[in-house]
Amino acid sequence: MKHFSDRPQAGLSRRSFLLASAAAGGGLLIGVSLDPASAKEAAKQSFVPNAFIRIETDGTIILTMPYVEMGQGTYTSVPMLIAEELEVGLDAVQLEHAPANDALYAHPIMGAQETDGSLSMRAAWQPMRQAGAAARMMLVSAAATRWGVDAADCHADNGFVVHVKSARRIGYGDLAAAAATMPVPQQVVLKDTSSYKLIGTPQKRLDAPQKVAATAQYGIDVSLPDMKIAAVTASPVLGGQVSSVDDGATRKIAGVRDVIRIPDAVAVIADHWAAAKKGLDALVVTWDDGPNAQFSTAQHMANLENAAQRDGVVAVQKGDVAGVFARAERRLEADYRLPILAHAPMEPLNCTAHIHDGRCDVWLGTQAATRAQKAAAAAAGLPLDRVEIHNQYLGGSFGRRAEADNVTQAVLIARQVDYPVKVIWSREEDTQHDFYRPAYFNRLKASLDGDGHITSWFHRVVGPSPLARWLPIAVQNGLDPDAVTSATGPYELSDIHVDYVRHEDHSFQSGFWRGVGTTHNVFIVEGFVDELAALSGKDPLEFRREHVKNNPRALAVLDKAAEESGWGTPLPEGTGRGISLLQDFGGTILVHIAEAAVDKEGAVRVSKITSVVDCGKIINPDTVKAQIQGGAIFGLSAALYGEITFTDGRVDQGNFDTYAAVRMDEAPRVTVHLIDSGDKPFGVGESGTSGIGPAVANAVYAATGKRVRQLPITPELLKS
Amino acid sequence: MAYNLNINGRSMTVEADGDTPLLWALRDILGFKGTKFGCGMGLCGCCTVHIDGVATRACQTPIESVGTSEIDTIEGLATSEPGRRIQRAWLDLEVVQCGYCQPGQMMSAAALLTETPDPTDEDIDAAMSGNLCRCGTYNRIRDAIKYAAHLDATTMEDAR
Ligand code: FES
Ligand code: FES
Repeated sequence: MKHFSDRPQAGLSRRSFLLASAAAGGGLLIGVSLDPASAKEAAKQSFVPNAFIRIETDGTIILTMPYVEMGQGTYTSVPMLIAEELEVGLDAVQLEHAPANDALYAHPIMGAQETDGSLSMRAAWQPMRQAGAAARMMLVSAAATRWGVDAADCHADNGFVVHVKSARRIGYGDLAAAAATMPVPQQVVLKDTSSYKLIGTPQKRLDAPQKVAATAQYGIDVSLPDMKIAAVTASPVLGGQVSSVDDGATRKIAGVRDVIRIPDAVAVIADHWAAAKKGLDALVVTWDDGPNAQFSTAQHMANLENAAQRDGVVAVQKGDVAGVFARAERRLEADYRLPILAHAPMEPLNCTAHIHDGRCDVWLGTQAATRAQKAAAAAAGLPLDRVEIHNQYLGGSFGRRAEADNVTQAVLIARQVDYPVKVIWSREEDTQHDFYRPAYFNRLKASLDGDGHITSWFHRVVGPSPLARWLPIAVQNGLDPDAVTSATGPYELSDIHVDYVRHEDHSFQSGFWRGVGTTHNVFIVEGFVDELAALSGKDPLEFRREHVKNNPRALAVLDKAAEESGWGTPLPEGTGRGISLLQDFGGTILVHIAEAAVDKEGAVRVSKITSVVDCGKIINPDTVKAQIQGGAIFGLSAALYGEITFTDGRVDQGNFDTYAAVRMDEAPRVTVHLIDSGDKPFGVGESGTSGIGPAVANAVYAATGKRVRQLPITPELLKS
Repeated sequence: MAYNLNINGRSMTVEADGDTPLLWALRDILGFKGTKFGCGMGLCGCCTVHIDGVATRACQTPIESVGTSEIDTIEGLATSEPGRRIQRAWLDLEVVQCGYCQPGQMMSAAALLTETPDPTDEDIDAAMSGNLCRCGTYNRIRDAIKYAAHLDATTMEDAR
């Protein structure tokens, strides 16, 4: 990463907020800011790039970028933008993980170096193409200068600059050094979308070969000289402390090296994790449970429901909801509930830390490298510049690896030993010490006119606010925008009241979960809209159409979904079709249509899902499809099984037997249809998850006549 | 105590308690990091290896129980023809997302193909339902297994 240290002073283009210079080793270095606000900043000469393209003298093109790969395909789709404009094949672009550095890599929307909220592509779209195009123009100028010809007669082609008239060509590598001396173009000319060779075509994932060969290194695979491996048990109750440890039996186990106590956890360090875990199981630990020893989910849900009596902070207020509702003939009221969820990424949480020579090195797969860095610095008692984060592939995350509790813990443990230590959580530890998607209680009221149109809409969201902890500045006057996102769906409504009642029991940690606010509100809104459709006597798809009349994109998605799913055609006895519609993540519109049957025992079987998505400009269609397919399955696991409960402050679930996920024999075929609508991309990574719960719940209603107003859809729920 | 294990055709010695799960002997003692840990209870399939050709959960296999059986890990998958078919199919059909479950998925799939060269959907359900994928790649895994079954091995490019 030495090219950061000689960050150039010259060549800054104030208009294009790009920066170019010679790279260490003689190539061309283009710095680009992924922050749209930098255009203004650039004018003040404080422009700092946060992504870099380096063209080396051997023609290698290296991209350093702030986003991480956790399965969503970013490591392929962002390089596609550069390769397109640079006129090279995707295989010509190599990636390097960016080191933790907020000043360089802060996400323009989240304000810190993070990959979440389905935001990466939205931020990268414009600047990454500009950077590629600027590099291309500078290479062309360098070639034209060398040949003494007009740059307008030269063009870039597959890693070469070509001068057709004289049949000359020269490779990017040979031009890189000279290109670095060219002025940054004041006017960057982007390719016309009709001449795209890569964008919009299915491209192979760049990370796939390593992952298929099983050589991709995840955090859990980190290996260092003299490293030891730890198993850990943290207080089963949030806020609890270790009160005593008897490690007599533990220390007799072959391979056990150390037993380390930190305020809220005990770690057993050994030569390998099996010995560490055996040692941990032999340990006798007593806990001081602290203030949350009585906490239960039953109490928590009751508290949320009570809090719904309070008026919330108003998010949307339009017209006279109470009056219209009071006067209406046809009215509906319903309460919807959502459970607490764990993330359960396939790779259990882990973190490797080494404190040595006044420094702290940390290895892990993280969505938020600078958060990890800050946590490590605080735990190590060192300044930030003494802490280095070595980011690795993420074995799933879904929001979990945006937190840094595992870093704090590993560093506190590492402080007490003089060797590197890799702390690996058991699956149970992972399930029981999450930053959980919080539970929500929702109260809804709506009325219909004689034509079956919605005339008033009241939606009160009650729940904790992960955002208030995560990004306090985003919560103004008590309004958590994430909690109320999508709270009216995409529907054209006249009289609306949406408010938010924040209620925290402070007895568990809440965090972001794939789909963030949208995931909970889409379940509620789409369930309730389905109820209103039934009340109006209309077909649920037609009812939705009538409420998005002025939204041609939504209509197109609905119509395509109707056609592709065979909406309205007969189904086998006992099977129903359910629909959900969402518009969020910057503008993505997605319809899921699920077919589901319920057996005599009340078990739900989802046989088929048809998904239609309009995510604006499509970069890599195959990745979009994979994200929708995977997101749907992830959402289905939550819809059918996902529920974390607490008894006496402790999580009742542990491994995949009690916190189950959909398996191969239960996974429906998810057929994804794409609509390319436009000139810029919207978020995709989370959209597939958000709408699946309601589509299945509505299918269960169609199959059985039973309304589902809470998740998960268990046999007990359907029998009650 | 010392155990001699036969891994990917080579004899290797592991110095550990006999109840040490093969998973950790592979990962932490011998350095075969391709075999993954997901649950430690036989519930997720991330740790799947072949023992005498049979897909086996390494987290549930104490090293003292293995004896002279042949252990094959993901690192040796490409040496078998079904293994090469599976890896080729995984690449051609773009199966992976985060990729963490995939070594286990590929090991289960290769064992299935060895046993049942042209598996039905029911065969796939039976062989693959012990392998969880939180990224939800099941559709593509199913398609890739069928694709692998019909690949022409003579023209197949090596996945590596
Ligand atoms: S780690 Fe062995 S089955 Fe999950
Ligand atoms: S690809 Fe991520 S768990 Fe399967």
